[in-house]
Amino acid sequence: MFEYINIFLKSVFIDNMIFAYFLGMCSFLAVSKKVSTAIGLGIAVIFVQVITVPLNYLIYHYVLGAGALAWLDPSFAELDLSFLTFILFIASVATMVQLVEMIVEKFAPSLYNSLGIFLPLIAVNCAILGGSLFMQQRVDGGTYSSLGHVVTFGFASGFGWLIAIVALAAIREKMEYSNVLAPLRGLGITFILTGLMAIGFMSFGGIDINALNKKPQEKVVTPAPAVVEAPVVDSVQVAVDSVKVDSTQTVK
Amino acid sequence: MADNNKEGLFSKSNIKLITNPFNDDNPVTVQVLGICSALAVTVQMKNAFVMALSVTAVVAFGNVIVSLLRNLIPSRIRIIVQLVVAAALVILVDQVLKAYAYDISKQLSVFVGLIITNCILMGRFEAFALGNKPWPSFLDGLGNGLGYGIILMVVAFFRELFGSGKLFGIEILGNSVEKTGLYATGYVNNGFMLLAPMALVMVGIVIWVQRGINKKLIEKK
Repeated sequence: MFEYINIFLKSVFIDNMIFAYFLGMCSFLAVSKKVSTAIGLGIAVIFVQVITVPLNYLIYHYVLGAGALAWLDPSFAELDLSFLTFILFIASVATMVQLVEMIVEKFAPSLYNSLGIFLPLIAVNCAILGGSLFMQQRVDGGTYSSLGHVVTFGFASGFGWLIAIVALAAIREKMEYSNVLAPLRGLGITFILTGLMAIGFMSFGGIDINALNKKPQEKVVTPAPAVVEAPVVDSVQVAVDSVKVDSTQTVK
Repeated sequence: MADNNKEGLFSKSNIKLITNPFNDDNPVTVQVLGICSALAVTVQMKNAFVMALSVTAVVAFGNVIVSLLRNLIPSRIRIIVQLVVAAALVILVDQVLKAYAYDISKQLSVFVGLIITNCILMGRFEAFALGNKPWPSFLDGLGNGLGYGIILMVVAFFRELFGSGKLFGIEILGNSVEKTGLYATGYVNNGFMLLAPMALVMVGIVIWVQRGINKKLIEKK
């Protein structure tokens, strides 16, 4: 159970799709003018994320990964189709979005009317494909090892996205009444606002997830990784990861 | 359409297709497309440069392919066709990067794959390539890719210079460990520039400066 809570908290607050990875920024900026539409799009993202991430996990696990086809025939054990990930993932995302749209239209017309316009938009939302690609990366890295982990990650990343877009929409509704410098009006101030919100979310990097663990005696006080001495971060991934480490230290 | 055939390859309207995206019609700061990757890869100029080249290549050639297919694609399934074209080109770019620039490809990690859902691609395919001939589409893709690249390079320039005192990995301000150059006078790197939020703030400032100079881009109340 603990590992699921761990994945959930980490994906919602620490690895937030928008504030840590900037995924889904296009629709994030375009659809955050009103809270009600922001909630609609957020729910649609959660919905699609919960379906496509596990689906892509199954595709990756049983078809694309190195040696994944071995269940079909032992002679396929050498096969590695992972170069096809992009095209299959995006195809499954696009078809699932289309399918979800049709199913929702048929069985839940009221939900369709409120989500209708946003569903097709989601196929090209970076957060959806990004969620699947992060899932692949973390499955390779061994962080996620079961379908349950992946479903939790899909839901949590969508939920983090929802929180972010609703928060921004609420702020932008209030911003209507403020007098912003002319060149910053609209897009510019939204960027800076998002940056400030991201700084706020960095403080979640200080959450000690181990404290939730029921075995406190196992809690070893590890010295924080020595990222500070070498602030030159070589890779995007390392940069993003070390953000959390760095932030805990600077905040403290 | 007949007039277009007589036009030279580099006529005025074609040149405008390349130069417009640099300022008046910039994909990042005016059309608000392709923000995701623009922010994530700007910690180092080297990464930003490779990313800009990859996106330019994919947009330009994707535009050509979509433009060649434009009369064959049924409009109901055009999104999926566009995604497939984009995905095929991105796989090519990804394999080339893995073969010739493995380190950078590792550093860009998922963001190479995310070129597929880069809104610049869909935006240009949808808005331009579906209604224009291959050559203007190619120029439009080139221009938009370069316009995107310029913003990337500007943001990466400031982030890398102030964040780690380097440009393209070369130490510009001296060595921070051995305290040479500017560091001898007590200057320290602003590590905050390397973190995620500063990318957003930097783009905000770029937009501010651009609109301060180019008044007609200012949004109405």
